[in-house]
Amino acid sequence: MTSSEAAAPQASRWNAKSDVIVIGGGHNGLVCAALLARSGRKVLVLEAAVEAGGGARTEEFAPGFRVSSVAHILNRLHPDVVKELSLEAHGLKLEPATHISSVSLSTDDDPLVLTGAYGEGLLGASDKEAAAWKDLRAQLFRYAGILKPFLSRRPPDLGGRMSMAETFALGQTALALKKLGKEDMRDFLRVILMNVADLLDEQLTDNRLKGLLAFDAVLGSHLGPRSPTSLLGLYYRLAGEIGGRAGAQTVPAGGMGAVTAAIVASAEKAGVVLRTDAAVRRIVVENGRAAGVVLESGEEISGSLVVSAADPSTTFLELVGPRELNTGFVRKVGNIRKNGDAAKLHLALDRPPQFAGIDTTGLRGRLVIAPSTDHVERAFNPSKYGEFSPEPVMEITLPSLADPSLAPSGACVLSAVVQYAPYRLREGWDAGKPKFLKAIMNILERYAPGIGKTVRHAELLTPRDIERRYRMPGGHWHHGELQADQMLMSRPVFGAEGYATPIDGLYLCGAGSHPGGGVSGAPGLNAARRIIALER
Amino acid sequence: MGKTAKKTSSPYAGRIAARSHFRTLRLDTPFQPRIDALMKQNDWYSWAGYRAPASLWDEELEYFAIRSTAALFDISPMVKYLIQGPDSEAYLDRVTLRDVTRLRPGRVQYTAWCDDEGHVLDDGTLFRLTEDAFRLCCQERHLPWLLDSAIGYDVSIVEETEEIAGLALQGPTSFAVLREADFDGVEHLKVFDLAGFEHQGGTVTISRTGFTGDLGYELFVPANLALSLWDRLMEAGQARGIRAIGYTALNRARLEAGLIVANADFSTAEHALRPDRVRMPDEIGLGFMVDAKKGHFNGRRAIMAARDGKKLRHVLVGIEIEGNIPAEHAIVYHGKKKEVGLVSAAGWSPLAKRNIAIASLVRPYGHTVNDDLWVEIYAMRELKYERLMKRARIVPRPFIKLDRRTANPPADF
Ligand SMILES: Cc1cc2nc3c(=O)[nH]c(=O)nc-3n(C[C@H](O)[C@H](O)[C@H](O)COP(=O)(O)OP(=O)(O)OC[C@H]3O[C@@H](n4cnc5c(N)ncnc54)[C@H](O)[C@@H]3O)c2cc1C
Repeated sequence: MTSSEAAAPQASRWNAKSDVIVIGGGHNGLVCAALLARSGRKVLVLEAAVEAGGGARTEEFAPGFRVSSVAHILNRLHPDVVKELSLEAHGLKLEPATHISSVSLSTDDDPLVLTGAYGEGLLGASDKEAAAWKDLRAQLFRYAGILKPFLSRRPPDLGGRMSMAETFALGQTALALKKLGKEDMRDFLRVILMNVADLLDEQLTDNRLKGLLAFDAVLGSHLGPRSPTSLLGLYYRLAGEIGGRAGAQTVPAGGMGAVTAAIVASAEKAGVVLRTDAAVRRIVVENGRAAGVVLESGEEISGSLVVSAADPSTTFLELVGPRELNTGFVRKVGNIRKNGDAAKLHLALDRPPQFAGIDTTGLRGRLVIAPSTDHVERAFNPSKYGEFSPEPVMEITLPSLADPSLAPSGACVLSAVVQYAPYRLREGWDAGKPKFLKAIMNILERYAPGIGKTVRHAELLTPRDIERRYRMPGGHWHHGELQADQMLMSRPVFGAEGYATPIDGLYLCGAGSHPGGGVSGAPGLNAARRIIALER
Repeated sequence: MGKTAKKTSSPYAGRIAARSHFRTLRLDTPFQPRIDALMKQNDWYSWAGYRAPASLWDEELEYFAIRSTAALFDISPMVKYLIQGPDSEAYLDRVTLRDVTRLRPGRVQYTAWCDDEGHVLDDGTLFRLTEDAFRLCCQERHLPWLLDSAIGYDVSIVEETEEIAGLALQGPTSFAVLREADFDGVEHLKVFDLAGFEHQGGTVTISRTGFTGDLGYELFVPANLALSLWDRLMEAGQARGIRAIGYTALNRARLEAGLIVANADFSTAEHALRPDRVRMPDEIGLGFMVDAKKGHFNGRRAIMAARDGKKLRHVLVGIEIEGNIPAEHAIVYHGKKKEVGLVSAAGWSPLAKRNIAIASLVRPYGHTVNDDLWVEIYAMRELKYERLMKRARIVPRPFIKLDRRTANPPADF
């Protein structure tokens, strides 16, 4: 290829040699691509689907009804991503007016409402409980704040290959720990690997509140609230922020696809070429170095660097293939736990449902059915043995209330993340799916009587469906379990933990890398920074 | 476990079943009845869990059988894998250090393999039986590693340590013994050649290989043909001084040949507990195996990085020590003061008439700094240690070179 081709118009640039090929146009791939393009590189993003976004898309699931098809709540989009990609200038709205509260539903009691950023206010609890929550909330944020700096940079390098700046940042974490004071410090270390249920029992009494916190701690993972280390999930959640407010959450107008649209606009402005319907079959490795990709169509595209936003298992075992890798590494990648437990339900409703004790602003919040810690734990139990929860827990949004464009006039969209739906269902999902849908609808009927009769169309995505449709292996939220043994320098596995991989010129940038999943852009951001530092 | 506990089926059940050797504390080899009959010393040792003879009747005379006539040594405890399938060449090329695409059917390669960090897991011999079938022989068990390495390859790997019996027939009259035993065509075997021969309706695979630096052969047969093969050789060898031998004699011969033994001269990566005990090929004299021109192989990146970054810390060398007192496990010094290494094997070489040893040194000693080296020998003399500081000189390995090892045709007697 000659350099004159670089000046050719966009369409024909696809075949020219790119500086960087990004595999996967999910939000992380796009964030990484945008930052690399802004550093002066020529970047091509190859997305298998007909549309970019991966788990962050808005799609029509019934005539006239559109919904965030996988992720539906935005609670951790990294502030550096928002800033460096100027996402607000590209149409993303994150200001406090768009933030929503969390509502814990119960059949025994009135709903409990956490207002502001993750329960700055608590409505429906006793004064004593409200005071206890205030203390616990402050403590949770203090501790989550210590972990926060770890999330926005590559994991600590034990081999002593850190730059001054990185060492300084790590030092700051140590300093933050020190500033905690002796007692807080001791307590931080005491609780860090605890299960969330025990911690909640130490400090709270209200089942609705404990149920909601327990639910948030285990959302997206194969853990119950009584599983060791489950508290880490809650810290991970609370380390997120929106609009500068830690713990805040929003349902973006236009659905999660609007977030992707803003990222795409920013990326394209930076010069990124996005090509959809372009599934990568293979990463070409020459002399231990990534040299390009081959598409499913057979087309070959060369590039100096290849960055994969696809999950680590697919990237290494299928796209690179074991032959270019060491046996021990293949072993480790093969052992990544990545079977999802979260299903997604989309209902097209004739009209907004009626939840007892909830007014119209409440309905715009995040409605959580997890009435107690025990309830969440019982929901988890069957999943250990390959069965779905007969009494699942879930988080519900009604996005068309705030954004009527998502549904025909007067009608309503319901979007729910439902646990537990083990990827490997023993009876198989063909047989299990109708039964699981029935179980979910039974619960919804209990909380919103009459809802069943208003359903025009129901779409249930099991982890298997999510895997097939969105190329997320195991249908997993994080592209691989986010538990202590698969975090930090062990994410996705040692040997690929710093975004660089055993193949020169091949990097990872998706949810399977540190810090993990959720619509945060953090892996994409960290990867881009790392690539810019290493590949001059 | 309760009475109702069921046998659990683990995904590794097959692998566990394939490695049941450890359930018997001391295994017998298929040749045991013959060896037991010849055992006069009751001097046994454990070779990978097998009851193996250290010496049968006289270790001195057993050694001279290797060098003067023909010695028969049971190598059945060697771990053996049969690797078959259309991808077996590519598979072994990725697992081992040398270029397997250049190993023709009917040839044998002395090779080694490493983990991800480039640390040697074992060394061994790779026999290319046919285009698509190989036998890998080595000191340690590696089935899980070999199976996990097979992900992405169309290849089958079978552990055949118990099923296949092996004999080493070594010494100047070894060819004559085979000819006398009617293995027609064995005269065509050059060093590192192999071929199949008829035996009792089955096949014995004979290769011109060995661990002595002498003219010699190794023979592999299915276990059920082991005893008849032994008898066939012993009978044919009667007039040519054939003798069964134990490991002590063989160990002296291999030292003279300058050959190393895994977990004696270096710690294999899966045995080493201490982080500084593992070794890269370049640190144990196996750097010549590393084929930088071929494609990816396990440990490649680490090995190349260590070479480029001059991060190789050790070196394995042959040394010659003044005097005649064996320096087994002696400490090596520079300038009589600074500790720079350890002798892993040592002894008087009757053939070279020199006091020889294999030692591991910390670079630059033995690599670029070769003068002023000493070994400290503690010689027990009637309940008192005599401490001897003896000068050591780095010398090339092998310590002996016998033309008969490679002569074509092999010498007849
Ligand atoms: C049921 C469920 C609910 C969730 N809800 C939320 C939520 O409410 N809030 C939240 O923040 N997070 C949520 N998540 C998590 C979130 O969806 C993911 O963590 C996030 O989408 C990961 O982003 P990513 O860019 O790393 O990967 P993805 O979004 O998975 O994007 C990867 C992209 O790569 C493409 N790709 C893969 N292989 C290839 C190939 N070979 N060639 C070309 N392209 C390829 C895929 O098509 C995809 O577009 C949820 C997850 C699940 C499963």
